[in-house]
Amino acid sequence: MSSLEHSHSVGIVVPKIAHFDEPLSLTCGRSLPGYELAYECYGELDEHRSNAVLICHALSGNHHAAGYHSPDDKKAGWWDECIGPGKPIDTNRFFVVCLNNLGGCHGSSGPSSINPATGKPWGPDFPPMRVRDWVHSQARLADYLGIECWAAVVGGSLGGMQAMRWSLEFPQRIKHCIVIAAALKLSAQNLAFNEVARQAIESDPEFVGGKYQERNTIPARGLALARMIGHITYLSDDAMANKFGRDLRSGSLGPGEVANAEFQVQSYLRHQGSQFSGSFDANTYILMTRALDYFDLALEYSNDPVEAFRHARCRFLVVSFSTDWRFAPERSREIVNALLAADRPVTYAEIEANEGHDAFLMPIPRYLDVFRAYMLRVGKNH
Amino acid sequence: MRLDLSHIQRWIAPGSRVLDLGCGDGVFLEFLRDQRQVRGTGLEIDQDYITAAISRGINVVEQDMDEGLANFPDQSFDTVVLALALQAVNYPDRVLEEMLRIGREGIVTFPNFGHWRCRLMLGIRGHMPVSSFMPYTWYNTPNIHFCTVQDFEDLCRSKGIRILARDVVGNTKRQPLLSNKWPNLFATTAIYHITR
Repeated sequence: MSSLEHSHSVGIVVPKIAHFDEPLSLTCGRSLPGYELAYECYGELDEHRSNAVLICHALSGNHHAAGYHSPDDKKAGWWDECIGPGKPIDTNRFFVVCLNNLGGCHGSSGPSSINPATGKPWGPDFPPMRVRDWVHSQARLADYLGIECWAAVVGGSLGGMQAMRWSLEFPQRIKHCIVIAAALKLSAQNLAFNEVARQAIESDPEFVGGKYQERNTIPARGLALARMIGHITYLSDDAMANKFGRDLRSGSLGPGEVANAEFQVQSYLRHQGSQFSGSFDANTYILMTRALDYFDLALEYSNDPVEAFRHARCRFLVVSFSTDWRFAPERSREIVNALLAADRPVTYAEIEANEGHDAFLMPIPRYLDVFRAYMLRVGKNH
Repeated sequence: MRLDLSHIQRWIAPGSRVLDLGCGDGVFLEFLRDQRQVRGTGLEIDQDYITAAISRGINVVEQDMDEGLANFPDQSFDTVVLALALQAVNYPDRVLEEMLRIGREGIVTFPNFGHWRCRLMLGIRGHMPVSSFMPYTWYNTPNIHFCTVQDFEDLCRSKGIRILARDVVGNTKRQPLLSNKWPNLFATTAIYHITR
């Protein structure tokens, strides 16, 4: 197929599973006795093991960041715009690792996998995850792969929060930290949207307190609704206006019409919702939104992000997008200002983009230019 | 390197921290990093310049200094540089004050509007000066606050800013003598090393 023949694709990739037997202590006080992480790698690790780049995924992401799983795969990995030969994260130069975070539903241990203690799916009993727990599990994966120090840890949105946490938890194991469309912590508005999403899931009768797997049901409507709410926050007003405006999918607004008219945006959101609910686990969605809610970079550093970043030893690239209202440019500037005050090397670009929060996944020319230019210096001394 | 930049580099101590306001493509900070082991940060708003500076490995922050510099802590840099940008900011006086709040020392370079050619064009021909150095028409120029050497020194005096050193760039080889003696008339670019 043509997309595969494209020279800028990493091509067919095969996901791998890493098993870990050493228990992982979690922030919540519990510990995971053993667990699995699903991951993918692109490019070659060099002989000094110095060209490894970790990609951290966002709320609903997974380990499939680039390439295709099969020749008739219609969709490439979620960050294929940025990862591949000649792309900003150039797989001719870098060994790229992306994993499905713990608590996920795409192969890593999570609510939908079997709890070895009971022989039944974990469901709502899977321990709650914090960004810090993910970072520690990612460090275990780095050990497993023989990577002492990442050339860069990169992430957008919730992924950017993991990248920042890396810079504080393992300052010696990260050279560059790339934080795209993220924030130091969620605002009350962010928290509110996440709560509505969770309520949508939990109030679906099929959710049965999270034990739906045991009952062989799926809270599909609740999960779809949660996704619809989330999706609205990923798009800008402009993007929605350009894409749908007030276009009708069916019916008419003229006088004498009996049937309800349906707007394009309605059917688009329903489509997004139902697609998502068929491929994502509701307990995972709840777990991921909670991890997002509880993330507060500076909490353990006297609530002072400057004090927090003084622990970092790496260089930073921070990128924001003009119409992102989920994590607006102001939120990125808070990160930048804290880094400046902490005397950390930081580069910041604010990209004009109509696409809202989702812009970080889009091939916006200036974004790719900045990203590519920065990645060129990763692996050099500055 | 641009002439004003080659003049000011000797005022920047090896290993010091430098903030370059309007760093352009980062070539000056790159020079300071490679030759003086300077730890530098640049501020810039031009997108192409930002990408070019990133490619050079310069730490560049996209920020408009007309919207303030309050995010930079007091005395967080050794030297703050404002090269050929004073005339393009909304409030040159405020930027100067901010420079010396953020840095121990400041370095400012600007085109001298008191140069005899400017005076000739305005005084005799009755037109706003246009030259290869200031190539813009009056209605379409980023340069909105022209001043002369004397104007700048008056401003420093009124703000209690100390001038550590003054240097000038003339526009011909013959002119260093003239421009050093009568900078207000013969300097094309004025260069100041200032502090509190």
